[in-house]
Amino acid sequence: MNSALSITKNIHDWLFSIMPEAAASIAEMVLIALVYDAIKLLSKELTGTTRADKFLYNLAPYFVIISSLMALSVFPFTKEFQAFDINIGLFFLIAVSSIGVIGILLGGWSSNNKFAMIGAMRSGVQTISYELSIGLSLLTMVLLTGSLQLSEIVEVQKSGWLIVQGHIPAIIAFMIYMIAGTAETNRAPFDMVEAESELGAGFHTEYSGMKFAYFFLAEFINMFIIAAIATTVFFGAWLSPFGITESIPMLGVFWFLLKALILVFLMMWFRWTFPRLRIDQLLTLEWKYLLPLNLANIVIMALLVWLNLTISF
Amino acid sequence: MSYFSDIYRGIKTLLTGMSVTGKYFLTSRKGAITQQYPDNRETLKMFDRFRGEVIMPHNEDNEHRCTGCQKCEIACPNGTIEIIWDRGINENTGKKKKKIDQFVYHLSMCTMCGLCIDVCPTDAIKWGQNFENSVYDRTALTRVLNEPGSELQAGVED
Repeated sequence: MNSALSITKNIHDWLFSIMPEAAASIAEMVLIALVYDAIKLLSKELTGTTRADKFLYNLAPYFVIISSLMALSVFPFTKEFQAFDINIGLFFLIAVSSIGVIGILLGGWSSNNKFAMIGAMRSGVQTISYELSIGLSLLTMVLLTGSLQLSEIVEVQKSGWLIVQGHIPAIIAFMIYMIAGTAETNRAPFDMVEAESELGAGFHTEYSGMKFAYFFLAEFINMFIIAAIATTVFFGAWLSPFGITESIPMLGVFWFLLKALILVFLMMWFRWTFPRLRIDQLLTLEWKYLLPLNLANIVIMALLVWLNLTISF
Repeated sequence: MSYFSDIYRGIKTLLTGMSVTGKYFLTSRKGAITQQYPDNRETLKMFDRFRGEVIMPHNEDNEHRCTGCQKCEIACPNGTIEIIWDRGINENTGKKKKKIDQFVYHLSMCTMCGLCIDVCPTDAIKWGQNFENSVYDRTALTRVLNEPGSELQAGVED
């Protein structure tokens, strides 16, 4: 081979000659890069197209980020550490988490860009379809708790987490919830909203700087919210397994975050495993499989509660 | 009732996929996925099916297996291969015979489609694993694959 002409080797030698410590410090630079990224996004210019609808274009990111942040307010991190304990907690969560799609639709529409438009429309189809599955799978669990208030739901789980109490239908509901939750946050394998290979960046094609960062952040916050709802409804929120740290109530935060982050990991696992679905496959999955299964599952759960076949300690 | 068997098969295949990636996540040794490239330049070995460039292997007597049939030249969709050939006289039989003078390979035009390697009847050319193909001058990308003074390996044409 032409090793004498190899540029790669020469550049590497040259880099080493000017900064010998550089190669060793790359690992530390990765951590600082996160901070740099945030500063970069904060300081970048906010661009926009001339024919965009300026008012709606600027409004859209706030819909997305505010709806995600609002949902965070109701989670019971410990018995005391809960900002806003309303008696329709679960209903509030479902309602608030579906506001985000308005932001996405607005952003896609007002950008005046065909890719953004297609992305936003796909998002509308997807989120509205999967909203049903989320609602119905949570409704299955509400049959068991008899309350929508999140602190009440945790109280019920002191005699066994709901996924144990409701055994088979609860596990089915959990699986449906995780599938629908992944679709709801527009993450792979349901990321047709921003399918890079087809749509550029989807609904946020025209956004830059902090406005783009809001969309981006909201996706990750939504992922945490989906995991946190699952933690609260299926895995006993701040309750420790078998009550091992019941005497130290502050550790509830640790248990809550641990369970939620394990579920976030599960969603990342989906992302690096499954290929992206086509739009017709997505709708087939929801309307032909998840929805009928979910309805049947509610009936089974109702029978279970009626005949007192739940497991509780 | 293909409906329920579809659901069963769907869940089963999804779990199979997740177990594969999960196993890889837990048990893969360091460097199985991410290569610390410039640092491990000495030990880095590309995988077997990697298509870096077309090479012509020579044995220790400086003999290659190319008969100069030009099938690769015809198969190539973008004129990457040019065979400059000649006729030589075989000492044993006294017959005139075609042989290659220069096997010219333009790496700058190659799309790594592999048609030339598929079509070669004598396996004279193969994929090389070298990927550091950046050079300062594009003329360096035009290569003569047969070594100077190399001969056709005996018995290839039979």
